[in-house]
Amino acid sequence: MSTKPSKNILLRGYVVLVFIFVFTPILTSFVFSVNSDRFPTIPLGHFTTHWYETIFADPDVWDAFRISGIVSITVAILATFIGFCTAYTDYRYNFTGKALYLSLALLPPTIPLVIMGLAMLALLARINMSGEIYSIVVSHVVLCSPFAMAVIRMRLAQIDPNLESAAWNLGASNWRAMREVIVPFCLPAIASAFCLTAAVSFDEFAVAWFVSGLNKTVPVIILEILQGNTDPQINAIGSIVFITSMTLVVLAQLILMRKTINQTTTGI
Amino acid sequence: MARTQNSPSDPVTKQRRQVTLYGLTWSMPIVIWQLIFFVFPLIFLFLISFWLVKNYRMVPGFDTINWVKMFSKGYFWDAYWRTLGYAGVATVVTSILAFPCAFALAFKVSPKVRRWALFFLIVPFFTSYLVRAYSWQIFLNDNGIFNTLFALIGLGPFQLLNNFFGTLVGYLTLCLPLVVVLQLTSLANVDRTLIEAAHNLGCGRLRTVFQVIIPLAKIGIILGAVFTFILSFGDFVSPYYLGGSKPPTLSILIIDTTKSGQQWPRAAVVAIVMILTLLTIMFASVAAAYRKRA
Repeated sequence: MSTKPSKNILLRGYVVLVFIFVFTPILTSFVFSVNSDRFPTIPLGHFTTHWYETIFADPDVWDAFRISGIVSITVAILATFIGFCTAYTDYRYNFTGKALYLSLALLPPTIPLVIMGLAMLALLARINMSGEIYSIVVSHVVLCSPFAMAVIRMRLAQIDPNLESAAWNLGASNWRAMREVIVPFCLPAIASAFCLTAAVSFDEFAVAWFVSGLNKTVPVIILEILQGNTDPQINAIGSIVFITSMTLVVLAQLILMRKTINQTTTGI
Repeated sequence: MARTQNSPSDPVTKQRRQVTLYGLTWSMPIVIWQLIFFVFPLIFLFLISFWLVKNYRMVPGFDTINWVKMFSKGYFWDAYWRTLGYAGVATVVTSILAFPCAFALAFKVSPKVRRWALFFLIVPFFTSYLVRAYSWQIFLNDNGIFNTLFALIGLGPFQLLNNFFGTLVGYLTLCLPLVVVLQLTSLANVDRTLIEAAHNLGCGRLRTVFQVIIPLAKIGIILGAVFTFILSFGDFVSPYYLGGSKPPTLSILIIDTTKSGQQWPRAAVVAIVMILTLLTIMFASVAAAYRKRA
């Protein structure tokens, strides 16, 4: 479709505007994390690392990063494993009740986080399991495994179905075909799902806020500071959270992208 | 050849029908995990909506008093319709604002630019929404960047924070990248020859967009709208930190009821009503999305 160039320029300008809207909050957080003024206004004050020094001097913040690290790595391992199992089941098998099976697998992200948090808290508190690190982990795996499943399922859609049958015909058992054909083929998607679920878990604040008790993760600390007054520390912690989760999501995408580009250039 | 492939003794076909240890190994983890940690907590939430609170402790029982009490409260229904309205407006505004961007990325740029645009839209969606929403305060508050800029040209100050405008900016922060991605995916799959055909038959550009492209990309557009509705209906960050928390939405009501009054059973009532509302909306939209065009 060839349109008048003036219209195209308008449309392109609009795209740029959308991207500015999307990235402004992130950049703002970085800028004000190194700005000296107590209150975030323009014109800016001078450059300072004061807010970073403040948060790194705070043992609670270190503790939160430690807990967030443990939680997101554990969640990523479990959610990626469960996501892989589900994606493979969907790829390989047809059975009655499959629609129900897939809804069970994919529905969690549609339930509001506040409700998930309340439900988990109510249940875990009843059986004396709330307020622990594993309370956060079990809830996050519920939220993250659908993302892992989606990423790995997309990869499985690209596999030649004859590949697995060929392995069986050559005498490989199901297990061996899984180990030597399916898993190697899915490896980039598995790595990608791992990064993505780690990022989702690292960022999740609502459910964690309900069930974490004294084991606060980084987003929970942020949420609690936000309930007080304006505090530039938020921008410093926020920037670190941004860098962490953005790195993970960028990695997740690059791993998949590189694989796809390699394949298209080699002609598969 | 064809016979052996279709015969039930064919290993592939047979394996699809038999329940094997191998099959169970892959299919069961999600079932077990989601039943214990997803379905069961939600059922439990439904159960405690009939429990009572005595001396700040929940007592098991079966009493409809929480439902009766919540349904007879004016503030509950106010919050319900308000939340529904907020989510509805957010859905319409986000869908409309996303469309030109998705359209341009689908039809007006090279595949390479499109791929990178997708890349940079997915990154923020998975990046701390809490901090991103909060950052808007710096722009929107009474002495914020926008009002400082308005003052330079002799306008304002405008109230941009602690009202619905602030909330809407937050909802857009949450949903806009996702909706552009979903719309873009659908638009990019639209058969270009159909658009050419419309042009050749003398269909104007705007008319082509509304009568050919939008119906063809219906699934992505509806999916984007549904996700916006779900996310903004359940979100508490934007109405709380950018909308000023009062009057409350349903999510804020849940938090207030849970955290201050220990009234978990009543919070459960609100939660169940929210879930039922969302399920209704979801089923209706999915039905609409996959219905053949009348």
